[in-house]
Amino acid sequence: MTHKVVSVKTYALIFAALIALTITTVGVSKLELGEYNFICAMTIAVIKGALVVAFFMDVRRSSSLTKLFVGAGFFWLAILLVFVLSDYLSRGWLPRPGWWS
Amino acid sequence: MSMTLPLPHVPPHVEERTNYLNVDYGWKSWLFTTDHKRIALLYLFSITAFFFVGGAFAVGMRINLLRPEGVFQHDTYNKLFTMHGIIMVFFFLVPSIPATLGNFLIPIMIGARDLAFPRINLLSWYIYIAGGIFALTAIVEGGVDTGWTFYAPFSSTYSNTHVILAAIGVFVSGFSSILTGLNFIVTIHKMRAPGMTWGRLPLFVWGHYATSMIQVLGTPVIAITLVLLGLERVLHAGIFDPNLGGDPVLFQHLFWFYSHPAVYIMILPGMAVISEIIACFSRKAIFGYTFVAFSSVAIAVLGFLVWGHHLFVAGQSMYASMVFSFISFLVAVPSAIKVFNWTATMYRGSISFETPMLYAFGFIGLFTIGGLTGLFLATMAIDVHLTDTYFVIAHFHYVMVGGMVMAYLGGVHFWFPKITGRLYPENWARIAAAVVFIGFNLTFFPQFILGYLGMPRRYATYASEFQVLNVMSTMGASILGIGYLLPMIYLAWAWRKGPISPQNPWNAKGLEWEQSPTPPPTLNFVEPPIVTEPPYNYSGEEH
Amino acid sequence: MDATLPAAPAHSAELKHHFDDAAQQMESSTLGMWVFLLTEIMFFGGMFGGYTVYRNMYPEAFASTSHFMNVTIGAINTGVLICSSFTMVLAVRSAQLGQKKAIIAFLILTLILGCVFLGLKGVEYHEKWVEHHVPGPSFQYEDAQYVHQAQILFFLYFAMTGMHAMHMIVGAGLLTTLIVMAARNRFSAHWYTPVEMIGLYWHFVDIVWIFLFPLLYLIGHTS
Repeated sequence: MTHKVVSVKTYALIFAALIALTITTVGVSKLELGEYNFICAMTIAVIKGALVVAFFMDVRRSSSLTKLFVGAGFFWLAILLVFVLSDYLSRGWLPRPGWWS
Repeated sequence: MSMTLPLPHVPPHVEERTNYLNVDYGWKSWLFTTDHKRIALLYLFSITAFFFVGGAFAVGMRINLLRPEGVFQHDTYNKLFTMHGIIMVFFFLVPSIPATLGNFLIPIMIGARDLAFPRINLLSWYIYIAGGIFALTAIVEGGVDTGWTFYAPFSSTYSNTHVILAAIGVFVSGFSSILTGLNFIVTIHKMRAPGMTWGRLPLFVWGHYATSMIQVLGTPVIAITLVLLGLERVLHAGIFDPNLGGDPVLFQHLFWFYSHPAVYIMILPGMAVISEIIACFSRKAIFGYTFVAFSSVAIAVLGFLVWGHHLFVAGQSMYASMVFSFISFLVAVPSAIKVFNWTATMYRGSISFETPMLYAFGFIGLFTIGGLTGLFLATMAIDVHLTDTYFVIAHFHYVMVGGMVMAYLGGVHFWFPKITGRLYPENWARIAAAVVFIGFNLTFFPQFILGYLGMPRRYATYASEFQVLNVMSTMGASILGIGYLLPMIYLAWAWRKGPISPQNPWNAKGLEWEQSPTPPPTLNFVEPPIVTEPPYNYSGEEH
Repeated sequence: MDATLPAAPAHSAELKHHFDDAAQQMESSTLGMWVFLLTEIMFFGGMFGGYTVYRNMYPEAFASTSHFMNVTIGAINTGVLICSSFTMVLAVRSAQLGQKKAIIAFLILTLILGCVFLGLKGVEYHEKWVEHHVPGPSFQYEDAQYVHQAQILFFLYFAMTGMHAMHMIVGAGLLTTLIVMAARNRFSAHWYTPVEMIGLYWHFVDIVWIFLFPLLYLIGHTS
């Protein structure tokens, strides 16, 4: 590695943040927020994941190529989820013509 | 393609130099090799063996289809078309060009001594063989009858055949594909010789990079799908079973998410080979290099967005179907761009008709027909009538066999001197190419008509008015079979007894022809190459 | 005439012959591990896709099954994995500094934490077995109207956490290999690539859990 070594303090801060976010997400899940339960939980999960990727996996100091590959991975996952869901969510939007019309 | 002069022609009487073939002998030197060229040959022999296994099932199918009432038991016929599909798709087409020609040529074409991960390369071959053993075991134990598409809930609940064994075979071979793709991506990014910029890469390399993208991103999804299928078969939890609240269409979504891009895994390397052949035998740089390079990547990306066109009649929402149909039209564009650019390359080129070029001509015509008929199927209103008929079968055989297998044969002939150090007999090769072309068209063109007339696929019997066309198709298959056997014979003969090849028999451009000895030494080059010329520099420009 | 390469520059023992220098080898290893992790994203992604579809299809059944998820164990396990990611990154940092004893200590801690996770998972799975919530012939569900949907959801629960646990087990094996290698002085500040690569793998497995935990344990409690 040609990079400087990251300090223990930085890692400890991220660790503390991850624990804090975990406690938060458990706490929020006990509240009655309807649809926002899901949005909150997913947002917190994304933040936690981003912290692990950026700091623990050192992507924030990695080459653009690495960042491109990481982005591509999540983009392809998004393709799978979005396009599959688009089928299920849109069934019934456009009624098929009945055999009699 | 280098500052240094191309290697001189070697007169036939000079003693054989040390090369990757004669550097070491004995089974251990082959089975424990890490040399990408030897691994390519290990793949070449295994893939050829599987090709004939898959072909044997096709022979059985075509015999059965000689008579409207069939010849074999219906259950047997179901197993024949299933095993034909599984072997041909997963054990022949997906690995074919990448694992053989790709493995052999990519390091040399970019000026490297080997792939980035030579031991992973060897591991990928062993994994392929392991997968193959599972598949062969499934065959020997009585076969599978679900179709190569393993649709649930038949495969998960009702079929009494060896689904899990076959699924394991496909699952395991998928990892071979993933590792090959991983190796190519890292190699192409990190191991290029000085001066070998992305804009100077042979289109063969671009095509394999795009293929590797698909292998890496798509294969894991069919892997997990087969795991879920296997678990469902054991536990009957209902994930794909409508009786238990599951959705069979979910299986189809997950299956085709990989299997559609898989067809681009199969064709992109073929297109990559054709670019090399056309440039060489037109003595001209590929027209529109940048367009052809990016079209490979475009096909790889767009190919992931069209899988729903396999689900038009499955119960998929009309809205999603329209989106998939539209994007399926879009994905035809980069393929067409390639065909136009190859044609423009040949225009005012100095064309010669050696065997590789004959296969390339065949490819362009037959792939175009296959690709255009794909558009028919992408059109929802037409697909309703043509889906699950022989039209679909003709479509994909035109692109896969008329396209990919011809490109594979063309590539094997083109690089045969490089790989073996010998020349194949040109006249026999041309005859074989003609036999393949005639046999292929006689086999599959009638199937377009049959499909249009309504003959369904995967049926052991058919209406008697279809018999003439079916008999024609079987006759064609016999001729095609001869066409495939001929190269087996004369190439094997030429490897042992053929005339020694000069350094560059085709006078082709490219590091593999100009800078690497024929056949190459283990580390590929005598001196590390440095690249200063553009690719396909047949006109001798300097920039 | 013999086709041999001119004498190569002196290579360290760890530099493989097909690489030109250590930087190229390190970059290749890193890129290779990231490409592998991409395949893992898509591998788990298929199951996330299935899960998303069925959750969307059966929201009430889902809400009913979420009462049977052991949030306490799930939350503790999340904490355990985050700790293990912390110790893992400290192990990599020690490797960068060439501190052999620290590498081994942190790797052992990571391994222990991983085993704690697997142990707690085992407790949880046993609980589910006793409650007849394991899909298959012995499956029973408390709420008769949702029995089929619940079985599908539990199937996905076991498939996703089971696949995750298998990756943890492989990770534990890799950590053990690293500990042995470190004890045998294989690593130095100049070469510690396996530590870094397995660190990436371990963090990835942690990230999968970061998403599994809320999806499987937390959402639907209040619906």
